[in-house]
Amino acid sequence: MGRDMTRIDDTFARLRAQGKKGFVAYIMAGDPDIATSLAVMKGLPGAGVDIIELGMPFTDPMADGPTIQLAGQRALDHHMKMDQVLDMVRAFRKGDAVTPIVLMGYYNPIYARGVDRFLADAVSAGIDGLIVVDLPPEEDSELCIPAQAAGLNFIRLATPTTDAKRLPAVLKNTSGFVYYVSVTGITGGAAAQAADVGPEVARIKQSTDLPVIVGFGINTPEAAQAIAGVADGCVVGSAIVKDIGAGKPVAEVLANVAALAAGAHGATTA
Amino acid sequence: MAEDGINSFMTGPDEAGRFGIFGGRFVSETLMPLILELEERYEFAKTDPAFWAEMEDLWTHYVGRPSPLYYAERMTKHLGGAKIYMKRDELNHTGAHKINNVLGQIILARRMGKTRIIAETGAGQHGVATATVCAKFGLKCVVYMGAHDVERQAPNVFRMKLLGAEVVPVTSGRGTLKDAMNDALRDWVTNVRDTFYCIGTVAGPHPYPAMVRDFQSIIGKEVRWQLAEQEGEGRLPDTVIAAIGGGSNAMGLFYPFLDDPSVGIIGVEAGGKGVDDRMEHCASLTGGRPGVLHGNRTYLLQDEDGQILEGFSISAGLDYPGIGPEHAWLHDVGRAKYVSITDAEALEAFQLSCALEGIIPALEPSHALAHVMKIAPGLPADHIIVMNMCGRGDKDIFTVAKHLGFDMKI
Repeated sequence: MGRDMTRIDDTFARLRAQGKKGFVAYIMAGDPDIATSLAVMKGLPGAGVDIIELGMPFTDPMADGPTIQLAGQRALDHHMKMDQVLDMVRAFRKGDAVTPIVLMGYYNPIYARGVDRFLADAVSAGIDGLIVVDLPPEEDSELCIPAQAAGLNFIRLATPTTDAKRLPAVLKNTSGFVYYVSVTGITGGAAAQAADVGPEVARIKQSTDLPVIVGFGINTPEAAQAIAGVADGCVVGSAIVKDIGAGKPVAEVLANVAALAAGAHGATTA
Repeated sequence: MAEDGINSFMTGPDEAGRFGIFGGRFVSETLMPLILELEERYEFAKTDPAFWAEMEDLWTHYVGRPSPLYYAERMTKHLGGAKIYMKRDELNHTGAHKINNVLGQIILARRMGKTRIIAETGAGQHGVATATVCAKFGLKCVVYMGAHDVERQAPNVFRMKLLGAEVVPVTSGRGTLKDAMNDALRDWVTNVRDTFYCIGTVAGPHPYPAMVRDFQSIIGKEVRWQLAEQEGEGRLPDTVIAAIGGGSNAMGLFYPFLDDPSVGIIGVEAGGKGVDDRMEHCASLTGGRPGVLHGNRTYLLQDEDGQILEGFSISAGLDYPGIGPEHAWLHDVGRAKYVSITDAEALEAFQLSCALEGIIPALEPSHALAHVMKIAPGLPADHIIVMNMCGRGDKDIFTVAKHLGFDMKI
């Protein structure tokens, strides 16, 4: 297909023009309930979030640490189903037509809905991209290819174990941006080190023009600044989800998000 | 030779690790390079005589193979129909079929230079087998076990500790086998460079389902020559029957007979309290539908939104909401038949085996035996059934005592 500019592409074009790094925030849809989760989501752009990563709850999140596992459990306990995730996106889109939304999760809830039906619903709800943890390039025919045909970005994870031999396969059908996983491990685990991440990001950027965003193990404004400084931006998830899980008021959650965003936006290229 | 235009049922999986639509490699990118390396190393080992020589040596001198094929005469007379043989894999070192596969994976892990072994376990048999082989080779061993299973399989937990393994009780989810597998995958993705994940059943991402099947196929291969020895050259079983959680003992018994059309193949799932809307069972094929979990597409117990449901069974070893992808395929193409047996039926078979044959079976093969009890009376005396007695019942005596109302403290 001739690839039109997506909201994700537009966002990175804007950031480049402003000379700014990107800040991506992850929250779990429906955590702890739909109303609170939607209130947080609506506040994210105002707090400086450039791209929203919205988690789709799943009973068996194999790449996630306890913080995000528990968030998914809270959402599921409040009957957060795929229909409700899509409704949340529709509700958000009524007030925000520009902030990109990337759904992140696991394949089975998508497969259970049926790929064609899921993609039609996702596009009409206003979703821009997908990150599906358990779909490596070897399984591209399942969802990646149909998703791109439907006009969605399919954002692939690259990891410390993605060697030079494998990198072209990982980049081949990736669009929007490349999500570099800073550590071998699960979300909310070991802290990402800019000194380790920098050379890896540089290695990936030699093979692609796509922005490279770094996630996993980033939980303070200082870390966000350090990691964003060696990439095109960073993702924070568990640190935000932890605040939501602790029952902090929405305003306080968003204030902490704003500090993280300021960290990332304050980064300059090393 | 086979029906439905399939020339052979023994050629799978294909290059993408698929058996029909089932199987595959649904794992995160961090694990993908390792999975590919494992596949490469296994493909090499498979045709390496030195690898199999090491396996044969350990099977013979460490495990005690071949396990006997035993004519259960009193059981046969009691049921009054088909002639019943039991494949005695419960006599293996560590008391179950699990060690057949563990030896293969650990030899492979050593060849790959891995120094730390992780495993998931339900009933504890795979954990004990892994801890055993790790002790023998001086490897560090970490076993993930659902907290609920730690409680109901206490003897095996202690065995693993005696053997030097670290047992990690898993509290996420309902604390059973599925959750233990999630945590083992989380460990693996974190320690991918020095760690080998020794999966205990014919599930997980390719190449595990095929690799574990190949290691367990020793069961069916032995049955072929043992039955010929006892019943005459060329005599094949008329029916082979095995219990299925993930399905490794069953796949090991079934695989060498897949292309023998005269051999009927029956897998027995755990029916728990009954396969109905309450979903208090683990019968993935009879009560589930295709989905993706733990690296493969297979039949899963799940709700309409693709959320995975917890299984239920008296047997910790069958308490898994999925099933190996090759079974899912054999079910769909009709080469094997899958049925379910309830907790109550399995308990009855457990007691009958003790009383008539002097064999205390594990609760897992008690399910297979319960189905034998259902069908044997209606079959002629020259119909030979081979059921896989895949584990011994020592680990289950506390559970059984509780269900029979027997106070162990007396």
